[in-house]
Amino acid sequence: MAATGDAVLEVRDLVKYFPLTEGAIFRRQVGVIKAVDGISFDLRRGETLGIVGESGCGKSTLAKLLMGLERPTGGSVRVCGREIAGARGADLKRVRPTVREIADVKGADLKRVRRNIQMVMQDPYTSLNPRMTVGDIVGEPYEIHPDAAPKGDRRRRVQALLELVGLNPDDVNRYPHQFSGGQRQRIGIARGLALQPQILVCDEPVSALDVSIQAQVINLLARLQRELGLAYVFIAHDLSVVRHISDRVGVMYLGKMVELGRDAEIYSQPAHPYTQALLSAAPVPDPDGRERRERIVLQGDPPSPADPPSGCRFRTRCWKAQDICAQQEPLLQLRPGTWHESACHFAQVHDVMPSF
Amino acid sequence: MNQSTPPIPAWGIPDPVRGVTGTEPLLAVDDLHVEFATRRGTVKAVNGVSYALNPGETLAVLGESGSGKSVTAQAIMGILDAPQARIPRGRIRFRGTDLLRLKEDARAQVRGRRIAMVFQDALSALNPVFTVGSQIAEMFRVHQGTSRRDAEARAVELMDRVRIPGARQRLHDYPHQFSGGMRQRIMIAMAIALDPEVLIADEPTTALDVTVQAQIMELLAEVQRDSGMGMILITHDLGVVADVADKIVVMYGGRIVENALVHDVYRTPAHPYTKGLLKSIPRVDRKGRELYAISGTPPNLLDMPPGCAFAPRCPYRQDNCTTEAPPLYRIGPTRGSACHYWREVLDGSHG
Ligand SMILES: Nc1ncnc2c1ncn2[C@@H]1O[C@H](COP(=O)(O)OP(=O)(O)O)[C@@H](O)[C@H]1O
Ligand SMILES: Nc1ncnc2c1ncn2[C@@H]1O[C@H](COP(=O)(O)OP(=O)(O)O)[C@@H](O)[C@H]1O
Ligand code: SF4
Ligand code: SF4
Ligand SMILES: [Mg+2]
Ligand SMILES: [Mg+2]
Repeated sequence: MAATGDAVLEVRDLVKYFPLTEGAIFRRQVGVIKAVDGISFDLRRGETLGIVGESGCGKSTLAKLLMGLERPTGGSVRVCGREIAGARGADLKRVRPTVREIADVKGADLKRVRRNIQMVMQDPYTSLNPRMTVGDIVGEPYEIHPDAAPKGDRRRRVQALLELVGLNPDDVNRYPHQFSGGQRQRIGIARGLALQPQILVCDEPVSALDVSIQAQVINLLARLQRELGLAYVFIAHDLSVVRHISDRVGVMYLGKMVELGRDAEIYSQPAHPYTQALLSAAPVPDPDGRERRERIVLQGDPPSPADPPSGCRFRTRCWKAQDICAQQEPLLQLRPGTWHESACHFAQVHDVMPSF
Repeated sequence: MNQSTPPIPAWGIPDPVRGVTGTEPLLAVDDLHVEFATRRGTVKAVNGVSYALNPGETLAVLGESGSGKSVTAQAIMGILDAPQARIPRGRIRFRGTDLLRLKEDARAQVRGRRIAMVFQDALSALNPVFTVGSQIAEMFRVHQGTSRRDAEARAVELMDRVRIPGARQRLHDYPHQFSGGMRQRIMIAMAIALDPEVLIADEPTTALDVTVQAQIMELLAEVQRDSGMGMILITHDLGVVADVADKIVVMYGGRIVENALVHDVYRTPAHPYTKGLLKSIPRVDRKGRELYAISGTPPNLLDMPPGCAFAPRCPYRQDNCTTEAPPLYRIGPTRGSACHYWREVLDGSHG
């Protein structure tokens, strides 16, 4: 769906460092893991921003920062114009507070803002409490935000939510294990919608599902977006799924956004070498011409986020690297010859993705 | 009980999918059935599966989770969970010998040495308390009686061959000290240590990122090219299959619903399930439109419907589908489809 109006989410210079500790009994900090290291973007009403990148590049940490489930080391997240999570100095010790904790420490006003952003998790098997009924799971956000729905009205609302996501409203008293993976993901989505958010952060929402079930859930998310005007941050590693649902796509590498643009720009005119490698490595479900396809196979593993390379973080695996790449960090910006931002000193459009 | 697949009349005709009769295929699974006794009843995990593999060939086994891909592989390897597992019928012929009739010590001569396997989860398949070097060297020591020194030297060679950087230094590292991609390389090193004739790779890249997946698939292709072994690649990824397979069997509910050369399946699928899977992949020209979605959920193996297992989800279904289980019809010299209405599916006349 095309985006309209102004930004519902503004992310500026967002940074999250985790302490790197050593020793089993006397833990001491020996460094930091730079999980997210200076990320900025806007998300407009009704828009979908896809986020792709290899595991460990910081996608889930980004999602938790957006949700206020992690406190940023630096930078800010504004939801509908209100700051929900700003850095408080170098806060490296604090580990994940619970949802309730966050809700409690903030004022009622802030809670209302926070309602606007909700999350759907990857694994429909572990993200739902097995001892709670579906009704309790979907209605739990009302316990945290009691003023969102009057007590007497909650059951009706939960049933309406189940219906909205294609489940039977009579299922409120059943337990998660009585549902298939795809149905559980629908339960997670219903829960994410309980507070009528404007933004849904989806962290690998279909990755654990079989192909035939994935399509059902993707269609559901697309329909909900049309009907409710939702904006999505959609994190996934399946590049064709991300292209299908996204208006814009951001590519992450080792805590940084290396390229950001409209879906067609990223997929047909990638300018950053990492994006090109990523796209060329994605298997194409069509055997015709497979012998002639260009594949850029990267060597080795990504470096550790505890000790990222100087300058450009991709330089240790980049076939175009020059001296300047080690000395100067390439910023995410418009580059000559491209219409979207990329973070490479030598950005150059190179079409690698066969258009299947 | 469901009718088992199939009295195909065509065992005597040269057939790249089933192997060339007359010359035995390298490995032939024939009408295999596997069931598990569980507290909730008998799980019929594999219900009459047949496929064949020739040297140098890559056979892809495609299907959703629970369709019986791994259980079939475990039956070939002889590592099914005892005592729950039972093989009520079927044969697994390896170079003409039915492995299911061999005694355990004879079977052990084949396992790991002539037929080897790579698992999805390298971390749990490797022993966490031994160094990777000693685990690779063990292959040579146990199976070939190689001395400790020589075995270690060969382990380094192998680690080089699967391109683990700094092999000699990393010999004494433990599995958890490697990345997922490097662990998968170690698994591949152990699997190819004894030059197997068949390599079964069970979702070898499912847990890995696409760039690492590309590395591992490239490595497997290279190993196969060098050795001429046959490879069974188990996966649910239609992209990976299209990239590497020569031929493909599609499994659903413990049966093969379609078998064919890889190009044929992608051009003209002959079973409604395969066709639905291919249609549900997001493609650039369908962006912004609703994806095709196969309705419903996979079958319950404790309670298989009579007739065609795909019937509850099938847009081509007719009345007889729910009563008569379709055999794997032979629909071309190299193809089979377990659908009564395969002609309509091929025509695309509806559904
Ligand atoms: N709570 C935590 N404590 C320490 N390190 C963490 C924590 N959460 C994530 N990390 C590290 O941060 C990096 C990014 O992780 P993550 O955001 O989960 O990546 P992704 O979702 O892209 O796979 C990884 O190196 C990960 O090990
Ligand atoms: N040891 C076991 N006991 C009972 N059921 C089993 C056992 N192993 C596998 N199964 C069942 O057999 C079916 C097929 O499993 P599997 O071959 O692993 O599927 P996949 O196609 O995902 O590899 C599944 O329903 C699974 O639950
Ligand atoms: S800045 Fe240099 S190292 Fe980084 S991606 Fe561009 S060319 Fe490669
Ligand atoms: S046999 Fe009938 S139900 Fe089964 S796949 Fe064919 S048309 Fe569908
Ligand atoms: Mg993640
Ligand atoms: Mg399996």
